[in-house]
Amino acid sequence: MKDNYRSVSLGNCLRIEADQLCVDYNGNVALYDASLDLRSGCICGLVGMNGAGKSTFFKALMGFVRPSRGIIRINGLSLQSAQRAQAVAYVPQNECIDYSFPVSVWDVVMMGRYGSMNSLRIPRESDRKAVFHALERVELNDLRHRPIGTLSGGQRKRTFLARAIAQRASVLLLDEPFNGVDIRTERLMAELFRQFKQEGRSILISTHDLSHVREFCDLVALINKTVLAYGNTSEIFTPENLTMTFGGMPPDLLSGTTSLESPDE
Amino acid sequence: MSDIALPLATFSWVSEPLSHEFMRRALFISALVGGVSGLLSCYMTLKGWALMGDAVSHAVMPGVVVAYALGLPFSVGAFVFGVGSVALIGFIKQKSRVKEDTVIGLVFTGFFALGLVLVSKIKSNIDLMHILFGSPLGISNEDLSQTLFIAFMVVALLLVFRRDLMLYCFDPTHARSIGINTVFLHYLLLSALSLTAVVGLQTVGIILVVAMLITPGATAYLLTDRFDRMTLLAIVSSAFSSLLGVYISYWFDIETGGAIVLVQTLIFLIAFLFAPRYGILINKHISSS
Repeated sequence: MKDNYRSVSLGNCLRIEADQLCVDYNGNVALYDASLDLRSGCICGLVGMNGAGKSTFFKALMGFVRPSRGIIRINGLSLQSAQRAQAVAYVPQNECIDYSFPVSVWDVVMMGRYGSMNSLRIPRESDRKAVFHALERVELNDLRHRPIGTLSGGQRKRTFLARAIAQRASVLLLDEPFNGVDIRTERLMAELFRQFKQEGRSILISTHDLSHVREFCDLVALINKTVLAYGNTSEIFTPENLTMTFGGMPPDLLSGTTSLESPDE
Repeated sequence: MSDIALPLATFSWVSEPLSHEFMRRALFISALVGGVSGLLSCYMTLKGWALMGDAVSHAVMPGVVVAYALGLPFSVGAFVFGVGSVALIGFIKQKSRVKEDTVIGLVFTGFFALGLVLVSKIKSNIDLMHILFGSPLGISNEDLSQTLFIAFMVVALLLVFRRDLMLYCFDPTHARSIGINTVFLHYLLLSALSLTAVVGLQTVGIILVVAMLITPGATAYLLTDRFDRMTLLAIVSSAFSSLLGVYISYWFDIETGGAIVLVQTLIFLIAFLFAPRYGILINKHISSS
């Protein structure tokens, strides 16, 4: 059974438009003049140090902080309309979730359907099918009745990816998705991301893991209070740019990035 | 003969108090309040609002006193002061450098002290002991109908928004990103907390009402990994503790609120020791075998 993606038919449209965003917390500037356009079927890495404004950027894209200036559009819609249309899915960091919460894998993935259900959130057959297929795609169907607390790091990550799939979001925001993930999950994520691109979904990945950015992202945005550089990963990922992004950074990290320049690492 | 004597004794132990109107009423109201607070306690424990529950239940006290003095339903005063105390906690936390748990402790003791002072000033028609320790055995008709109304409203709201509230406790970021109004859910839970605190103080009193708001949830949490089952277990264990507490207080002539909460605590301890998956004794048994 083929899933139906409402917004895919828009073709090569702009998924995310962020224009000159400024965010400040009680006068402290967290982000200024940050602009970023992401077309459908693209994967973009958001790279910067802790406190550089990556999470602020994410929060702005989810409506958690209101930019003091600038405009955000998702699929050409205002953020609120896009959220109501279930266009935006957030895949949290594993550390941000309470895994002792009494819910099963199935329950969590079903939460991706809540926005499409009536207000009592009673699942219909179509919701169950969507959850089933999402679980199949992340290879978790056999574990669907397990409490989430019993899952490994990789399985947890896949659970939340399945939730985003079940939601049928066209924009995925992934927060540090490679932390604590096993090889099998990493391979599965690579394959999923390839499929997502074909389906016209766009992915924004916030991370400080440079090697994975090189491997997974077509585009990269270097962040330090603003978007310092944005473009194709191969063009943007230069030692000069990275030095600029990470400022007085530890040298081992820099040498780590330069070693990535050599192919077949 | 003794085969028959024991069941008969048990039967009369249960049935004899039922011949009194005040006991029927106390049992009914205690089970109802127990059930409602049991349901809410699941959200309190999962959201990590135990301290908030303590704060709100103390902060409703001046509200109850003011409402009595003005001739308003006590629920109105409780609601205003309960939600107001949390708003004040949020405001002080945001505007000062004092840490949140300190602010919570500071605000609720302040409110509670205000309540005590007000009671001593408007002493004539309010029984301080009634508010502090509850008295399900002497509940008035007016209080009874008000408690029924509030309990019905809280249960209806919690059931209608059951899934949304669960999602809000589990992953508010996701709730927000799919367009669910999390601010509304926050205040919904807060209102339910204030209203449940005020019905809870009828049976166990203001000092112990926080136990009703967390213990059943904590017990159920040790017994299951399914949210729906946790809700059911919390309601059942809470209502059962309330009934048993009232019976014990009748037969042994002890303080009712204390008896109810003691039974709840005992049930928690039993779960803590013997819960199938999370009990500490059972765990040892599995790991050694």
